[in-house]
Amino acid sequence: MFKIAKREQFSPVTYLWKLEAPDIAKAAQPGNFVIVRHGDGGERVPLTIADFDRQAGTITLVIQAVGKTTTSLMDLKEGEYLDDLAGPLGHARHFDKVKKVVCVGGGLGVAPTYPQLRQYKQNGAYTISIMGFRSKDLMFWIDRFKAESDELIIATDDGSFGVKGLVTGPLQEVLDKHQDVDEVLAIGPAIMMRACVAVTKPRNIKTIVSLNPIMVDGTGMCGGCRVTVGGKMAFACVDGPEFDGLQVDFDELMARAKRFDSSERESMRLFRERCHLPRQSS
Amino acid sequence: MEASTKPKKTIKTIAKSKTAMPEQDPAVRAHNWSEVTLGYTEDQALAEAARCIQCKKPGCIAGCPVAINIPGFIQAIESRDFRKAYDIVAADNVLPAICGRVCPQETQCEALCIVGNKLEPVGIGRLERFVGDLALKNGWSLATSIKRNGHKAAMIGSGPASITCAVDLARAGVEVTIYEALHTAGGVLKYGIPEFRLPKKLIDRELEALQRLGVKIVTNAIIGRLYTIPQLMQEMGYETAFIGVGAGYPNLMGIPGEGFNGIFSANEYLTRVNLMRAYQHPQTDTPTGMGKKVAVIGAGNTAMDACRVSIRMGAENVYCVYRRTKKESPARAEEVHHAEEEGVKFNWLTTPVRILADERGWVRAMECIRMELGEPDESGRARPVPVPGSEFLFEVDTIVYAIGTSANPILAQTTPGLKLNQRGYIDVSPETQMTSIPGVFAGGDIVTGGATVILAMGAGRKAAHAMLQYMGIEAAAQPAHQAK
Repeated sequence: MFKIAKREQFSPVTYLWKLEAPDIAKAAQPGNFVIVRHGDGGERVPLTIADFDRQAGTITLVIQAVGKTTTSLMDLKEGEYLDDLAGPLGHARHFDKVKKVVCVGGGLGVAPTYPQLRQYKQNGAYTISIMGFRSKDLMFWIDRFKAESDELIIATDDGSFGVKGLVTGPLQEVLDKHQDVDEVLAIGPAIMMRACVAVTKPRNIKTIVSLNPIMVDGTGMCGGCRVTVGGKMAFACVDGPEFDGLQVDFDELMARAKRFDSSERESMRLFRERCHLPRQSS
Repeated sequence: MEASTKPKKTIKTIAKSKTAMPEQDPAVRAHNWSEVTLGYTEDQALAEAARCIQCKKPGCIAGCPVAINIPGFIQAIESRDFRKAYDIVAADNVLPAICGRVCPQETQCEALCIVGNKLEPVGIGRLERFVGDLALKNGWSLATSIKRNGHKAAMIGSGPASITCAVDLARAGVEVTIYEALHTAGGVLKYGIPEFRLPKKLIDRELEALQRLGVKIVTNAIIGRLYTIPQLMQEMGYETAFIGVGAGYPNLMGIPGEGFNGIFSANEYLTRVNLMRAYQHPQTDTPTGMGKKVAVIGAGNTAMDACRVSIRMGAENVYCVYRRTKKESPARAEEVHHAEEEGVKFNWLTTPVRILADERGWVRAMECIRMELGEPDESGRARPVPVPGSEFLFEVDTIVYAIGTSANPILAQTTPGLKLNQRGYIDVSPETQMTSIPGVFAGGDIVTGGATVILAMGAGRKAAHAMLQYMGIEAAAQPAHQAK
């Protein structure tokens, strides 16, 4: 059982948990993820660690309610307990010495970009951040990003704040302006990462992406998270979750993300029907 | 002795065949998740026990990886002292209800049963299950007064190898903690073996018994990530550790098309169904994402489980596709037989070479090739050789790979100095199960590659014995059993 020490609602569908998990906080590194599971019959969901505080013994997750589990978890209140939390999983990020880096985050990928951005900054890099949200009301952590970024660009789909449109527009401009960018980090929906790679590939800029495919165990046992990288099959949970974006087969990744769509819709429908009533344990 | 008052049993006086095991009707069980075999009644157990002729030099014990005193416990059944029968079994096997169900007795104890030379061997597995089930029903556990000796050991993984090792150490007074990566303990017994073959509540009861011995179970603890082995040994105060993590890293074939939707490793497929209870979806959250025409590649016990799960999940057609013939299939005969009864279709001498998908990336067919058997290979089985020009299209919408597993890389990557063999499994001393790191032992599938529950248990037992010696604990502190 893991206590939700702090909870913040960023928007109708985005919320933050600070979970008491001292051992995970101690072992966590930028790039790691955890698996959460809750309730009788609950599924295992991988979530990238958005922050960790070794002193306080907490890890932070920023969760977007996209499916039944992430929607129902929104009902857990501050001070309540999550049943299962396993991690840190995946390889820790290995940071090469870079002078100038662009960190791109979009949607559910915004928060996980943060610990990496902070690490780049600590390593002495010139940091440019491009964070994408659907609209102004969905924005969060702008101050935190500002504190770690030499340049911060916000893009909103509807233009309600910052640059109107997707993150790829600003990315293109930044790369035009800064010919000396060593590395791009892109974390977000697969379609966004694919679009970022489409910008960086012609320029042959090293691009790191963090993949979040469907997993069951998250420890290499099921192989459900397999992804083709450089023509070879890899397991995102143990070989990743971060890969060389220029090598990732995004089309396959996006097709594989739809494997359970119909079942997930059915789960969601049932959940809504029950009007968010707490599930009975069977 | 009692035996002298009774007429002596001989091979000529006993029943010729095993007392039949009551089973659910195939047509009924194909649509439910209840256990297929129902277990002996007391009368049936007595009848079967009467078939054991109490050989002076029994063969059966040598066939058992944990050397249970088989004639001893059968004699106790025959004299209706079921509690004594349990005590005899439990001295060597802490999981009789489980082993009675999933051990391949036909190649172990029953293969060496003297009665079996002339007639059907004694149904040792069925009798073991009878005793194990009675014990669970009546809450029997080994009478133990454990004196803690201040020594500490960590088990990594909570499957059969670790459970056995933990029990032996706990009985000898060691403070044992089991670390399990998943949210629930039991390992392959939970995620791998389906409910209809091994009810989950049995495993839970066995785990409760383990905790009554003082063994601590910590779930959600991935060793190599949350804590490393050096941390366990240096910072967390464990004198010894046992690695029993299994070989849960699924093999694929490496043919084109394996990234398409509708292709699963048996690990994924069975974990979804067994551990995450996808058969209750959408009441539970985890779906299978399977279709209606399922091909399971491979013909081992895991393949049979995947086939029989598919039938129960409502697949219209379930095909077992294997490159050799029924004769070479590694599954237990009983499992193949059960699968046949339930409507699984077998495609022997067939292997896929390419997977084809529709425009949305979902499997629509496999291109297969026929095989023929050639000269024996290094495993001693006839090598399957493709028949040129025999390619054909096999229409399926779901493919499950049950072609074995490899070693999971996490521990090896995070444990400096842990020596592996060429196949990637952990290298151990065959006498002690100790790895290249002093105090760190290993056993089960992570050492041997995919094998059986009972072999893992045998390794766990052998390691426990060596771990006690390593910690300087008198072997006499251990209950009497012959660790092999």
